[in-house]
Amino acid sequence: MNSYLVALVGSLLVLAGIFELLRRRQLSEKYAVLWLVVGILLVVLTIFPGLLSRISRAVGVSLPSNLLFFVGIVFLVGVALHLSWELSRLENETRRLAEDLAILRLEVQQQAKKTAEDENR
Amino acid sequence: MTGTAGTCPTLYAVPNESSPERALIVVPAWNEEQTVGDTIREIRVALPGVDVLVVDDGSTDRTRAIARAEGVMVLELSYNLGVGGAMRAGFRYAVRHGYTAVVQVDADGQHNPGDVPALLAKLAEADVVIGTRFAKDDRYRASGPRRLAMVVLAKVMSRLAGAPLTDTTSGFKATGRRALPLFAEHYPVEYLGDTVESLVIALRAGCRVAQVPTTMRPRLGGQPSHRPLKSAIYLCRATFALLLALVRRWDGAIGEPAKPQVTDITDEVVL
Repeated sequence: MNSYLVALVGSLLVLAGIFELLRRRQLSEKYAVLWLVVGILLVVLTIFPGLLSRISRAVGVSLPSNLLFFVGIVFLVGVALHLSWELSRLENETRRLAEDLAILRLEVQQQAKKTAEDENR
Repeated sequence: MTGTAGTCPTLYAVPNESSPERALIVVPAWNEEQTVGDTIREIRVALPGVDVLVVDDGSTDRTRAIARAEGVMVLELSYNLGVGGAMRAGFRYAVRHGYTAVVQVDADGQHNPGDVPALLAKLAEADVVIGTRFAKDDRYRASGPRRLAMVVLAKVMSRLAGAPLTDTTSGFKATGRRALPLFAEHYPVEYLGDTVESLVIALRAGCRVAQVPTTMRPRLGGQPSHRPLKSAIYLCRATFALLLALVRRWDGAIGEPAKPQVTDITDEVVL
């Protein structure tokens, strides 16, 4: 019973953490939904431990924890891949911004110089 | 895959085919305070009247101040983007300001500005011209795995180009008016992208690539990487970069117009 309580408190804390990040606008909406679903699933599975055994029997996995590990690993690999993709995209975008900024800075300088020359004439 | 070559896609906005030739020397420089000044002065002597653009790739030393003092144009990148990123910025500047050719001259003094006119002349028959280190004399020698990588790359690229290319990792390159818009939009920014992958992209877009023999000099400063382990890593990365370049799609494949990524920052400002 003790471990049940610990698990319940833990999963509730995770859910609360996700909710708090969302509330403080630290997590953009597209990730928020994903993690909220994960958090809620976690709580549900903790409250009804029988659920996991029943699902694993249904899909033919003999050890319930193995099902949990399998789903968890697949999910995490997916998340890591997605984050790498997102990071590459962001890097590409910031690179372009840096290039644009440099070009504009030079053009502003050139324009200022030209204006100064025109005024002196 | 490269088709029968011939012309670069005309779908990219090309400055008037008959507009006069305007060359821009682009000098990517990352912490090259010891050599950038000499390089600029040398370019000035060898190529009087040609515009020079130093791209300061987020240097933490006095590179940009020295370049400024020499009175050339300086693009100041906010942080280090690598040679590919620096060159892409240079290409984009060139396209925005109506240049018809860009020649990359490294700030470490390895490239001889005296060879630039030969590269530019060759642009009459090609869209990208490589200044190669091996064709003329063999003072620049690589060895071990690094050499193997260079030989393999040369073989593969020559086959793709349908012309002999002996030095595909040379940074000394001239880009003509038809390849410029392509590079301004798609110049690869990853490792070796500025050499191998850029050539693959040009070839896949139907550009002609040729080479001109040049004399490379030992660097004025900085350390070349010739240790065996480093060379082995280089071999692996070069192979990987080549394979990646060959299988990669890049948006703006032939036949569809290049879509502007970050939109044109301002309307064309020609100063």
